Amino acid sequence: MAERLVGADIAPPDLHAKITGRARYAEDFRAPGMVFAKLLLSPMPHARVRRVDASRALAMEGVIDILRADEVPSRDGPREACLTDTPRYEGEPILAVAAVDEETAAAAIEAIEIDFEPLPFVIDPLESLRPGGPNAYVDGNQFSGQDGWSDFKWTDTDFAKVDAGEMPDPSCPVEWTKGDPESAFAESALVLEETIVHQSLTHHPMEPRSNMAYWEGETLHAFVSTQSSQQTKFALAGALQIDPENINLVSEYCGGGFGSKIAGTTVMQIPALFSRKINRPVMLRITRYEENYVGRARPGFQTWLKMGFLQDGKCNAIDLIIVQESGPYGAGDFNTAGMIADLTYTPQNMRFRGVSMYTNTPPKAAQRGPGGAQIISMMEPILEKAGRELGVDRFEIHRMNAPRGDVQFGPRNATLTSVHAVEALDQGREMFDWDAKLAISGKRNGSKVTGVGIGLSPYTAGSRGRDGMMIIRPDGKLYVHQGIGNLGTHSIADTARPAAELLGYNWEDVEIVWGNSARAYPRSTVQAGSQTTTAHTRANHAAATDALRKIREVAAAALGGSASSYSVDSGRVSGPGGTMTLGRIAERAIAMGGEYSGEVLPDDVHAQTVPAAQILAGEGLMGIARDNYGGEGNIYSWVAGFAMVELDEETGVVELKEYVGVTDCGTVIHPRSLGAQVFGGSIQGMGMAMTQRWVFDPQWGVPFANRFYTARPPGFLDIPADLKWGAVGIPDPQDPVGAKGIGEPPVGAGAAALTSAIADAMGGRCVCRTPLTPDVLLAEIEGRPMYGRLEQHVG
Amino acid sequence: MDQAESVSVLEEKYSRRTFIKGVIATGATASSAGYLFRGSPLLGAATYQTATERLITLNVNGQERRVDVLPHETLAMTLRYKLGLTGTKLGCDRAECGACTVLIDGVSQYGCSMLTHQVRGRSVATIEGLEDADTGELSVVQKAVMEEGGFQCAFCAPGFIMAMTEMIEVNPNPTREEARLALSGNLCRCADYDKILTCAMRAAELARSV
Repeated sequence: MAERLVGADIAPPDLHAKITGRARYAEDFRAPGMVFAKLLLSPMPHARVRRVDASRALAMEGVIDILRADEVPSRDGPREACLTDTPRYEGEPILAVAAVDEETAAAAIEAIEIDFEPLPFVIDPLESLRPGGPNAYVDGNQFSGQDGWSDFKWTDTDFAKVDAGEMPDPSCPVEWTKGDPESAFAESALVLEETIVHQSLTHHPMEPRSNMAYWEGETLHAFVSTQSSQQTKFALAGALQIDPENINLVSEYCGGGFGSKIAGTTVMQIPALFSRKINRPVMLRITRYEENYVGRARPGFQTWLKMGFLQDGKCNAIDLIIVQESGPYGAGDFNTAGMIADLTYTPQNMRFRGVSMYTNTPPKAAQRGPGGAQIISMMEPILEKAGRELGVDRFEIHRMNAPRGDVQFGPRNATLTSVHAVEALDQGREMFDWDAKLAISGKRNGSKVTGVGIGLSPYTAGSRGRDGMMIIRPDGKLYVHQGIGNLGTHSIADTARPAAELLGYNWEDVEIVWGNSARAYPRSTVQAGSQTTTAHTRANHAAATDALRKIREVAAAALGGSASSYSVDSGRVSGPGGTMTLGRIAERAIAMGGEYSGEVLPDDVHAQTVPAAQILAGEGLMGIARDNYGGEGNIYSWVAGFAMVELDEETGVVELKEYVGVTDCGTVIHPRSLGAQVFGGSIQGMGMAMTQRWVFDPQWGVPFANRFYTARPPGFLDIPADLKWGAVGIPDPQDPVGAKGIGEPPVGAGAAALTSAIADAMGGRCVCRTPLTPDVLLAEIEGRPMYGRLEQHVG
Repeated sequence: MDQAESVSVLEEKYSRRTFIKGVIATGATASSAGYLFRGSPLLGAATYQTATERLITLNVNGQERRVDVLPHETLAMTLRYKLGLTGTKLGCDRAECGACTVLIDGVSQYGCSMLTHQVRGRSVATIEGLEDADTGELSVVQKAVMEEGGFQCAFCAPGFIMAMTEMIEVNPNPTREEARLALSGNLCRCADYDKILTCAMRAAELARSV
C-alpha cells in the first residue's frame, strides 16, 4: 500500500534548496550586462513635481539613463502608477536612474535637481472628515468611477460629539442594518460604548520586493518576489499592457508577503519598463528603508462601538462605525471588519457604518486577516469586559456568542459551509487549562500582575472553481503543475497531497512543478485570503480524479476487462487483466492521444489553462479538470487563542508567558506546517497588538517609525517558550478533501488573546488602542491621559 | 586618509561604531537608502585606477578567493555580488534582522555590517560552505532542519542556520531558553520561532551524537 500523505509531516520538496543557499529569490538572479536602478523617493507627503534637471546625473560616468513618470502607464483617479510626478505619500517613487552599479545610480539620484510644489496633505483621516479639513487629493477625498471626485465631510454636530468623546451619528458611504438595533439596545441589560484606535502597521516581509527584468525580443523575463505566481503573470501583463503569453515570470521563492505581494506588480513594472528602454537587464534592489514606504501597510481604524448584552451575556446588538485610514490608493478592510463582528458575536441586530478615507501615508493593502484581525483584537477584550460586568464567566461569554452551524451574518445573511468555533474554544480551554489559569488571574508577584485572556478569530478560508493539471510521464512519476506561489506556506506541495494519495502515489514519485511560468500552469488562485488550501486541494483532486479515470480506461484497453475494475497503488494499475506500471500507462496514453495525453481538453477549463495544457500535451497521461464540486456558503476557518501574560505595573512591560491556539480548519493535511501557521500568525498578531506602528510628524507628514527597530516585529525573546497548538480536525462536509485555509485567522486570535489578557491584568480596563506599548499602558495604569482619544499615527 | 590607513583603522575592531566611521572615512555614498556598492565590470577602466591595491584574497568556505573590493564595501555585498554566494541574504542592510549572518573565524557576524577588508586573513563561512564539499552531505544543523521541517519563507534561514552552527560549537548542550538567547540576533518575520528552536535543539542533539 502506498503511504498516507494527508495528515503526515513531510518536508516540502524545496527545503533542501532553502537551507543550502541554492534557493534563488528574486535578488539572487543575475543576467549578463545587468545594471542597477535606484529610485528617487518623494520627500513630501503630497506634492507636484515642477521641474527635473537630470543633466548632471546623466553626465556622470557609469550612468545609463533615467526613467520618468511619463514613460510608464499612468493611472486615473486614486490608482497607483509605478512612478509619478504627483506623489501622494512621502517615499513614493518619482523616477528611477540606471547605472552600471548601484552606488553610481544612488549618486546620480543625489545629483538630480528636482523642484516640488508642496500640496496640502492628510495623515489622520478624521482631519479630512472635519468640515473645512484638508484632503489627500487636490480634487477631493472620495472617488467613484461614475461620479469622479467629491468632498465628503461630517458635520460640526458630528464633530462636537467626537470631540466630547461620544459616539457621533454621521452619514457614511457604507451603511447596513439588520434586525432592529434600537429596540434591541433598549432590551439590553448592559450597553458598553467604546472609542477605539487601531494602528496602521507595515507588512515588512523579510525579503524586500527587489526584482530584476530583461527582454528577449517581445518576451519579458521577470524575476520577481510575489505571493502568487500564475495570476501575477496576468496582473503584470495587465499593468504593462502586454500579452501575458509574452511574459516569462520567475517566482521560485518569495521571502514572505503577508498580503503585501498578492501580485505586487507596482514595483515590478519599473525594471521591466526600464529594461525595455535601455535594452539591458535591470536589477532594482529594494532596501529595507524603501520597503517601508513601497511595501504596503495594514489600514488603521478609528472606531466607535456600542455593544449590547442580555443578562446572561448574549450579545444582542452592535452599533459600529469605522473610519479607515486607507492611504492614497484605498483598501477594503473596514467592510470585512463589519461582517466579522456580526459573525463572531451573532448579535442578530446590528448597524454598521464605515468610510474609507484617503490619506497621504504609504499605501495600504490586505495584511493577513485584513479587517478581521483589527476588529477582533479590539472587540474581544470588550466582550470579556461585558462578562466581568454581568458576572458571566469569560470563557462562557465567548462560547455562548460564537456562531453555530446555522449562522447567518452580514447584510446579506451569508452562510458558512461549516463552523466549529465552539469546539475550538472547548479544546483550547482544556489545553490551556483555563480554569486553573483563571484562578491565578490578577495574582501579584512584586510589581507584576498576571492576566489571562481569550481571542476567537474567524476569517475566509477558501474559494472554488479553479483548475488542476497534472501529468504522469513515461518515467512513471506524477508531475503536479502548481500555478500558486511559494511564499512559505508549503502549499505548493501540500495541496498536491490528496491528489497524489488518490492516485496511490508514494511521495518520492511525485514532482511538484512551480515557480516559472514557462513550465505551464493551470488557472490558479491568487495566493491570498487563505484560499489556496481549499481551492487547490479541490482543483488537484478534480484533476487526479480525471487522471484516475483515464488510467483505468487505458489499462482496460490494454489488458481487458472493465475500466472500473482497475485500481492504482504505488505506481502500478492492477485489475482482472493483470498489472502495468503507470510509466507504461503514460506511454500508452501518449499513443492513444486525444484526451488521454491532453491533446483534447475538457470544455470547461479556463481560457488561461488552455495554452498551458497545450505545452504539456502529448508528453504523458494528463489529468486536467475544473473544480466543479460546488458548494453553498462561505468557507471560514477559526482560531481560538488563549494567552497568559505578566504586566509589570512599574514599567508597563508585558511578558507573554503562555499561548495556546486551536484551529477549526477542517482536514489537517500537514500537521507540522499547520502548527507553524497557527503560531506564526498568532505571533504576528502579538506584534500588531504590542509593538508595530507608524508614527508621523504631523507638521511635515513624514514618518519617524520607518525601520525594524522603530516598528519592531516580534523577535525570539518576545514569544513564550511555552506555545501549544491544536486542531479540531472536523472535515468540511462540502468539500472532497475537507480542508480549509489557515493563514489569516490566527493573527486576530493572537492579538486578541493578548489584548484580552492585558485588560485582565489591568483589572478589566480596556485601553482600546493598539499597539499596547509600555508608555500607553503606563499612562493608563497611572490614570494619566497620554493624548487625545482618537488620533491616528501618533504613537 | 589614504587607503592603507583607512583599512588599518577599520581593522581595529568589529564594532558597529568602527564600521560606520569606516564607511564615512572611505567616502561611500551617505545615502539613507542603505549600503551600496560600486565596482561593476561595466564601469570600465576609470574606476579601476587603484584596482591592484584593492585586489585582496579572502578565505571563504575554505577556499582562497581573489576579489576586487572597494574600501567601503560590505562583506554581504562582496559575497553576493562579487563571489556569487547569494545564499547570504540582505533583509535590512542595517544589523536589524540577521539574514546576512555569516561566521568569521567561527563567530557569527552580520555580513551587512562588516567591511570586506576587515576579514582579510580570517576564515569566512557562509551557508554554501556547510555541506561536505566532496560528498554533498549536509551539516548536522542542516540535517536537523530537514528532519524538523524548519522555516516557512526561509529568507531568514541561511542566517539562522549560521547562528545555529555557531551555537552548537559554543554550547553543545543548550536548554531551549539558552538556544533562544543564542538565536535572538536573528529575525523571522513568518515567526516560525517555535519550529526553529526545535531545529536548533535537534541540531545540538545530532552534534553530540557524532
